[in-house]
Parts: sequence; structure tokens; C-alpha cells
Amino acid sequence: MVTASSNRVTAEGSALLVQNVSKSFPAADNSQASTLALDDASLSVAPGELVSLVGPSGCGKSTLLRLIAGLTAPDSGELSVDAEPISEPCAERGLVFQDPNLFPWLSVRKNIQSGLVARGVLHEKKHEVDEFMRLVGLETFADAYPHHLSGGMAQRVALARALINHPKVLLLDEPLGALDAFTRMRMQDEVLRLWKSRGTTILLVTHDIDEAIYMSDRIVIMTARPGRIERTISVTLDRPRQRNSPEFLQLRGQILEILHFAGASVGAAEE
Amino acid sequence: MNAPVEEVKRESRAQMPARKISLPETTKAPLASRAGARFLLAVPVATGIALAVHFWASKNQPAPETHSYTSFLWIILSASIVAAAAQFAWSYLRRWMQQMAPIIAAAIVLLTIWEAVTSGFRWLPMPYFPGPAGVLQSLIDDRAVLFDSTWHSLLLLLSGYFLGVCIALVTGVCIGWFAPARYWGMPILKIIGPIPATAWVPLAMVVAPSAMFSAVGLIALAVWFPVTMLTASGISNTRASYLDVARTLGASRAYLIFRVAIPAAMPNIFIGLFMGLGASFLTLVVAETVGVKSGLGWYVSWAQGWAEYGKVYAALVIMAVFFSTIMTVLFKVRDRVLVWQKGVIKW
Repeated sequence: MVTASSNRVTAEGSALLVQNVSKSFPAADNSQASTLALDDASLSVAPGELVSLVGPSGCGKSTLLRLIAGLTAPDSGELSVDAEPISEPCAERGLVFQDPNLFPWLSVRKNIQSGLVARGVLHEKKHEVDEFMRLVGLETFADAYPHHLSGGMAQRVALARALINHPKVLLLDEPLGALDAFTRMRMQDEVLRLWKSRGTTILLVTHDIDEAIYMSDRIVIMTARPGRIERTISVTLDRPRQRNSPEFLQLRGQILEILHFAGASVGAAEE
Repeated sequence: MNAPVEEVKRESRAQMPARKISLPETTKAPLASRAGARFLLAVPVATGIALAVHFWASKNQPAPETHSYTSFLWIILSASIVAAAAQFAWSYLRRWMQQMAPIIAAAIVLLTIWEAVTSGFRWLPMPYFPGPAGVLQSLIDDRAVLFDSTWHSLLLLLSGYFLGVCIALVTGVCIGWFAPARYWGMPILKIIGPIPATAWVPLAMVVAPSAMFSAVGLIALAVWFPVTMLTASGISNTRASYLDVARTLGASRAYLIFRVAIPAAMPNIFIGLFMGLGASFLTLVVAETVGVKSGLGWYVSWAQGWAEYGKVYAALVIMAVFFSTIMTVLFKVRDRVLVWQKGVIKW
């Protein structure tokens, strides 16, 4: 472990501010028409906070993440990290996708150190590569190529590759979505452990409501067409959380109700 | 930390060798011993038949011309018998023989048929179709000139190929990466590229200061088109998510081009390099036939001019070995560079 897990004072995280951001994309079949992917979204994330974005597909959660990463520019509104406006991608905002997107031509070690190479600091920070490989438990696979790794291992490499830059904000776009249920639950604990030890601000996009409740301080619920932030729910349960505790299940019901997926048994969600 | 070991896929490298070794010992062993006699006898029997046919056919041939081929067959016969004995002690040789014996035997049978048809029955018009003995004799008699020709061909081929590849990589990366370069470059590529390089021979002879110079240029042109085309398409088809990831890792434009786009395009680039190599062989032989006064292409047309068809075929044999070797070298380089890919075709 790099830092003592209790030491939250040395938090690396930054405050994140999203103000009235809208983004539309031209429709695929017609250049005149356009889809409003994100409509007037505002969000404020405190340093070191773990916030989940939950919602059906097409609700603009991935778009919001790409905007924060700086990979796309908003049509209107402002995004800033520690009061500095976001204009282009930068190593301070790490991004991990559902597909690990490891560079297949690089070994595990070289994938992890690619962030250092890209920033031209490999020479000074070479010792950190081993630290991060140990952190995600992949020391023995240093020279393996990505196609030899299982989904869970590849995703851990992707996490280490993003973390080695010490990002102030870590953007996770359904990073555990492609994993089987057991690997996913184990990886949730690993992400939580990394988050606690480093105090990084994390924005987690997920389809999985349980995952959102289990992991986050706050859950931002979004709805589709147009993509909107519907409501924000604080999760105050103590960690480690019990996935089958009454409070957990109650929160789950509440979120399903907001998303209109509750069904008949939970209550009259539909008017 | 959870032990990651159990997560390793079954196909992981660590387990592959163990499985490969265990297969022949358990399942394949009885099969191998049953087929044992066949793979041991294939080459000696084929060579024996070849010798018999050769003695019969050479009765109506001048003695010196048949001497080398007789020795050649005797060497193969004794080598195959020695190998058949040695393989009982040396398992590597045994495996190699199981693999190669049928192919070698088939090659010897083909030589035998060739000899029977040409020197034996004389079914083919004689000066144009010498038997294997005649070709082997020409190969040995003219070895100095043939070696010199091969050397010149190699120099010409390599200089043209490397010049073409270097230019093609630059143009390919530019066309693949930069939109203005694509806008202006693609039409030129589409119009100039498909013209076979050999079609430029008349122009090249007029423009270039020497035949050698024009040959290098023509080979470079022949290589340039496929390598540029495939490099450009490889670069422009780089998965957007790799570039996105790299950008969020703090990558500069140089990093995106040289450390993401070019490695991602490598499999494509190698396809271009193989296509270019084929085109360069063709252009080399044509250039040597019409202009350059050295090399294997020149040797073939020179020998044909003197109606020495044994030498023509000798040069063809050398060309086959020469081009195949170069191809093999490129495959080896590819395997080394693309070691990260799974399931690459073996040469």
C-alpha cells in the first residue's frame, strides 16, 4: 500500500464544478437534426468525494464524463477543476473505460508506465511503476501482454495506468460493467481501497444501482432524452456497507422508483 | 490483495509449453510409432528410385553432366540413412523428420519425374528443357557469375526497397494522420499508385542518369504505393479509444502519432511491406532484364541469348531460394515486432 489507508489528510482530490452544461450531437442520419445528449446539467463534487452517475442508456452520463475529461467541448456552460476551466484532456483527470483499452502492443509494465512516458517523467518516477503494479496485484504479470490477461486483471492494469499520474479527479466510465458478478464485487472493494488510500475525487458512471449504493457518497440520478440530472441522493451508510441491509434495500427501492423501474410491488411509481 | 493467479486465462503462456510437450508423449506416441517406419523410409526409398531413374536416363547423356547429380543423390541417400539411425537417439531430429520427411520425399519424386520426362523419355524439346542433372551442372559450373549476380540483385533490391519503405512510411503517416495531407495526397496516391512500376520503364530510362539509378527508383516506386496505402489506412483506423486514453494520460501529439497510432497500425504496415516486397521482386527482375547490366534478371536473359537453358533454370532456382529467404526474413521481423498479437500466420 502506498499511503496509510486512514490518512485522508493528504488527499489528492480536487473540487469539480459543472455549471449549466449542455451538449448536443448531430443525428447520424440527418445533419440538420441533433440529439440533446445533456441538457443544462449542474453538479458540484467536493475534493475526495466519490459520486456515482446512474441512469438508463442515453441519459448523457458518458457524455458528461467525456466533457469533464476534456475529450469533447460543451455547447454551453462551464466546467472547472479547482476553479480552473477545463479546456483539453490532461493527466490530472484520469479516465477508465468499460473496455480497459490497454495498448495491446505494450506489456503490462509498459502499459502502466505509459502515462509517465507520455508526460516525459519516466526517468524520475520509474520506482512508482513497481509500486502501482503491487498496488493492483500484478507484479508477476509485468511482462505479459494484454491478450493474456482476464477481464478483471486487464481492468486493474487500466486502473493502475490511470492512477500512476496521480490524477486529482478519476473518471470511471462503467469500469466494472464487463466483469462477472463476483469479480465485479471484488473489484468494487479494490476501487474503494484505492480511493480511501489516495483520497482522489472519483466520478463513477454505472448501470448498476447496487454498485452505486455500495460505493458512493452521493448518487446522481439521470434521465434520458434529453439527458438531465434528475435528482441527487446522499448515501450516509457506514462503510463497509452491507449489500442486504434494510437501509441498503430501501435506498435501492427509492432509486428504482425515481427511474420508474420499481414495478408493482414497491409502490405506485407511475401516476 | 486477492491472488490474481486464478484469474489467468487457460490459454496463458505459462501453461502452453506444458501442454505442448505432454501431447506427443501421451496421445500422439502410439500413432508416431505406427507411422515410424513410413517416415523413416520415405526419403531413402524416393532417393533410391531417383537414382535408378537417373542411371537409366543418363545412359544417353555425356558423362560429366551427370556426375554432380549422381553425387547429389548419393549424398541425400546416405544422409537420410544416417538421419534414420540417429533419430533413435536424438528426439529433436526425430520430430523434425516426422515433419519434413514427406515434403523432402515428394520433392525428390518431382525431380525424378522431371528427369524421366526430359532426359529419360525426351518428351520435351531438348535444348529448352534440360533435366535436373543439366541444371545442377550449370549451377556448379557458373557459380561465380551466379553468386555475383545474386549479390548485385540483393544490393539493388535492398536499396530500392528501403528507399521506398522510408518514403512510404512518411507519406503514409502524413496521409493517415493529417487531414490536409489526406485531402491533397489521396488523389495523387489513387492516380499514380495503381500504375505498375514497370510501366514507367521507358520514362525512367530517359530521365535517370544511369540504369542503376532508374532501377532503384522504380523498385522504390513499386514498394511505395502499397506501403503508403496500408500505413495510411492503419493510422487513420487507429481505435479512437486508444487515442482518448492516451490523451487523458497526458500525451502530446508526438506521443499520439509515434507511440499510439504507429504501433496500432503496425499489423497493417506489415501487410503493406509484404505486398511491397512482392512488387519489388517483380520490378527488380524487369529492371535487370531491360536496363541494368547485372543481377539475376540480367543473367537469365543473357543465358537465354546464348541458348543455355540449363543456366536459365539454374538462375530460376537461385531466384526461388533468394526471394524465399528474403520473404522469410521479413516474416521473422514481423513475428518479432508483432509478438503482442495472437495468432499471426506462420511462414
